[in-house]
Amino acid sequence: MRIGVPREIYAGERRVATTPDVAAQLIKLGFEVAVESRAGAGAHFSDAAYQAAGCSIAPSADALWSEADIILKVRGPEEEEAGRLRTGQTLISFLYPAQNAALLQNLTERGVTAMAMDSIPRISRAQKVDALSSMANIAGYRAVVEAAQHFGRFFTGQITAAGKVPPAKVLVIGAGVAGLAAIGAAKSMGAIVRSFDTRPEVKEQIESMDAEFLMLDFEDEDGSGEGGYAKVMSEEFIKAEMALFAEQAEDVDIIITTALIPGKPAPRLITAEMVASMKDGSVIVDLAAEQGGNCELTEPGEVVNVHGVTIIGYTDLPSRLAAQSSQLYATNLRHLLTDLTPEKDGQIVVNMEDEVIRGATVCKDGETTWPPPAPKLSAAPAKPKAAPAPAPVKEPKKKSVVGPIIGMVVAGLALLGLGAVAPQDFMAHFTVFVLACFVGYMVIWNVTPALHTPLMSVTNAISSIIVIGALMQISADTELIKWIAVATVGITAVNIFGGFAVTRRMLEMFRK
Amino acid sequence: MEFKGILVVSYIIATILFILALGGLSNQETARRGNWYGIVGMAIALAATIWGVVTQAYVELIIALLIGGTIGIVAARRVQMTQMPELVAILHSLVGLAAVAVGFANFMDPGRLAHYTGVELTIHDIETYLGILIGAVTFSGSVIAFGKLSGRIGGKPLTLPARHWLNLALLIGVIYFGYAFVQESAAGAGLMPLIFMTVISLLFGIHMVMAIGGADMPVVVSMLNSYSGWAASATGFMLGNDLLIVTGALVGSSGAILSYIMCRAMNRKFLAVIAGGFGTSEGTQLASGEDQGEVVPISGEETAELLNDAKEVMIIPGYGMAVAQAQHIVHEITQALRGKKINVRFGIHPVAGRMPGHMNVLLAEAKVPYDIVFEMDEINDDFPDVDVSIVIGANDIVNPSALTDPEGPIGGMPVLECWKGKTTIVLKRSMATGYAGVQNPLFFLDNTRMLFGDAKDSLETVFKAL
Repeated sequence: MRIGVPREIYAGERRVATTPDVAAQLIKLGFEVAVESRAGAGAHFSDAAYQAAGCSIAPSADALWSEADIILKVRGPEEEEAGRLRTGQTLISFLYPAQNAALLQNLTERGVTAMAMDSIPRISRAQKVDALSSMANIAGYRAVVEAAQHFGRFFTGQITAAGKVPPAKVLVIGAGVAGLAAIGAAKSMGAIVRSFDTRPEVKEQIESMDAEFLMLDFEDEDGSGEGGYAKVMSEEFIKAEMALFAEQAEDVDIIITTALIPGKPAPRLITAEMVASMKDGSVIVDLAAEQGGNCELTEPGEVVNVHGVTIIGYTDLPSRLAAQSSQLYATNLRHLLTDLTPEKDGQIVVNMEDEVIRGATVCKDGETTWPPPAPKLSAAPAKPKAAPAPAPVKEPKKKSVVGPIIGMVVAGLALLGLGAVAPQDFMAHFTVFVLACFVGYMVIWNVTPALHTPLMSVTNAISSIIVIGALMQISADTELIKWIAVATVGITAVNIFGGFAVTRRMLEMFRK
Repeated sequence: MEFKGILVVSYIIATILFILALGGLSNQETARRGNWYGIVGMAIALAATIWGVVTQAYVELIIALLIGGTIGIVAARRVQMTQMPELVAILHSLVGLAAVAVGFANFMDPGRLAHYTGVELTIHDIETYLGILIGAVTFSGSVIAFGKLSGRIGGKPLTLPARHWLNLALLIGVIYFGYAFVQESAAGAGLMPLIFMTVISLLFGIHMVMAIGGADMPVVVSMLNSYSGWAASATGFMLGNDLLIVTGALVGSSGAILSYIMCRAMNRKFLAVIAGGFGTSEGTQLASGEDQGEVVPISGEETAELLNDAKEVMIIPGYGMAVAQAQHIVHEITQALRGKKINVRFGIHPVAGRMPGHMNVLLAEAKVPYDIVFEMDEINDDFPDVDVSIVIGANDIVNPSALTDPEGPIGGMPVLECWKGKTTIVLKRSMATGYAGVQNPLFFLDNTRMLFGDAKDSLETVFKAL
């Protein structure tokens, strides 16, 4: 089958749906690949590069759309483009069917098989196809780059001959893929990064990026909705959340907001007052600008300056890193096409039994197949299920306190009894003995298992200190005792020399 | 009198050196220094005693030291690393024997009655009695352990009927003779009860170790190590010598801790090990193999291919590696793989082999660098990333049924979870069970391949193919 990759006609869109590298791999899958002339120009992929990879170059959009069986695009089709689609063609691109009902109806009526890259279910198997994550990752990174451009100072703190530079403080709201990417980028530039999210399970992820998770002083409410996305929170929660943001706004230099709830307008998190309270020269990057913005003053697609605070509302951040996003998006598409081409013969099979393909397909054979049956997999286990879990887990055996106490009392009494009758001399030795036991315990407790054998052989050698006993008897006048003592010295000498020698031999072998 | 002062100071120095020796031995970086501390401590103690206490019989003393020392050093030089457990066991028996000898000699010293009277005499007698008792148990127990470890005595636990009652009877006998001994000794007699007790103790030591299965031998060896310390300590009480008391207590408590650490690693109760009889459950031999599924054999060449394609390799050695003397070829394979930028690590189970740390000693002998040798707890979580695990002559320590079958004989024992890796290759001579006598479901898993034959020969084939 013939894959067609048109030039994106949306104003300012620089991405392209395939790169020369990926095209070569698609050809290996048995497809023919046609690329519209100058399609890759915005992302710096020349027609020559595509040709070198084995693609044919279609001189015009007309030629491309009419001859292709499969259209790969980034943005959903404009009206003009949708008009070119015909029955039997397959379209794969971002479609946002929830927001574009008219487009979806148009595609259905045209008998097109359309697959929306934004409707890939969020399951582990589909991660390689998850273009939303790829784009979010890029947007998060780019958000920091944009912020740095408009921010008048270093991100990292420095102490120079020309004075001390404090590090920039960055607040990232919403720690999804984009938020985490932003945290990583800001962190690696040296900023102090804080982050907030309504979903408690991301605390660990935030901390794993070495950023500080801002705790909300609020009784536990889980913001995790279905599919690992966030959900709308209660009114009290939002109140507490807003108080936190207001407090942070006065302190931080840069705010990057990434808060989105699927199918809802973006939550308003940064009010005009908060913006006013920010330091002159601060920057806000609103990644939710396209959905209305997290900041009240955001103007989608624009950079505005209010009270000295720059508010960046670009909606095309991935497109501003076109080469990178084209490469990742093209790879996502290739993974999807690989799944669609089980025989690797260039013929796609839209298998509606496959959860990933089913989720992506929004219309097929003149029927709308969106929304798909909801996948019941969430990144975090549902709360109610977690509750009964502790019950079956056997409580770690509580060691009875009574037993040891009785033991200690008995031992204490026995010692007292001993002390009452035993002579002074004995008690002195006994003290030494007990203390030595403890020293042995303390010294040995942390031994590495690798050294058990040498340790044993050295303790064995040391225990032949019993030779002292024999030495004390060797000078006895009784012949029998003397000879017993001599024999004992001989025996223990074997142990002393043998023990130390063998330990040395073993230890010599341990080397790094 | 100033002699006495110098003697005490020397003993204090020796004691401190011994403590430093044990402390040093708990870490690889300081271990060698630790051994030297021990040697210097021992030399100081010996020199001070010979100089300060001994007044005659120097010639005999020197000759005895020379003969004994020569035997010891020759034995230490000659011993194969795989025979290390036996050597340690037999050396323990010498300490026990020495304790018995010193005890008897002390008892026969006519000066004894003049020195002690009344309560002091009673206590002294009890000390003597205990010293000989512990010494005798250590001696006979170590000899049996030596026999078992060197294969002269079968590894199967000997479980006499009513063995706990037998032990109890022996214990009562010991107490009775102890009473008789204390009664008679004041009048200058008491040799007979002492001899009877010694015989009983010897029997007790034999019986105790005979009843313990081969899999528990590491614990037994370290327990006997502990006993030899207590024997020295009891002798110290008898002679009123603090150096003996302290050193004995150090060795005794460290041996006990070591036994405890090992029991914990096997998830066994210390008392259960001592009571013996482990490994008695009916060995499910191949008979039950049919419902386990099929094993997939593999050749040495195929193993080499798998290794060449791997990125992460984990080697899990067991007693089989020691038996086959395969540690050197293991090292050569490791070097070859590391030369190909393949990450090779060793996963050592705390009770692999027949002696604590047995595998580490063998790998060290083969010059495997110790920073790629890891303990079970350090690497058990890494198995999902491992491409190929090679199990060399190990069985129970990689048995998944320890986790799945809590009622089984090894239920609850932590094991190396190699089956979580991509492929496991098990080198084994046959399908026989391990020391615990439990069939191993690992061998029947889909991602397990069996390489039958002597570990050394098999690995040589693998090495050639690499």
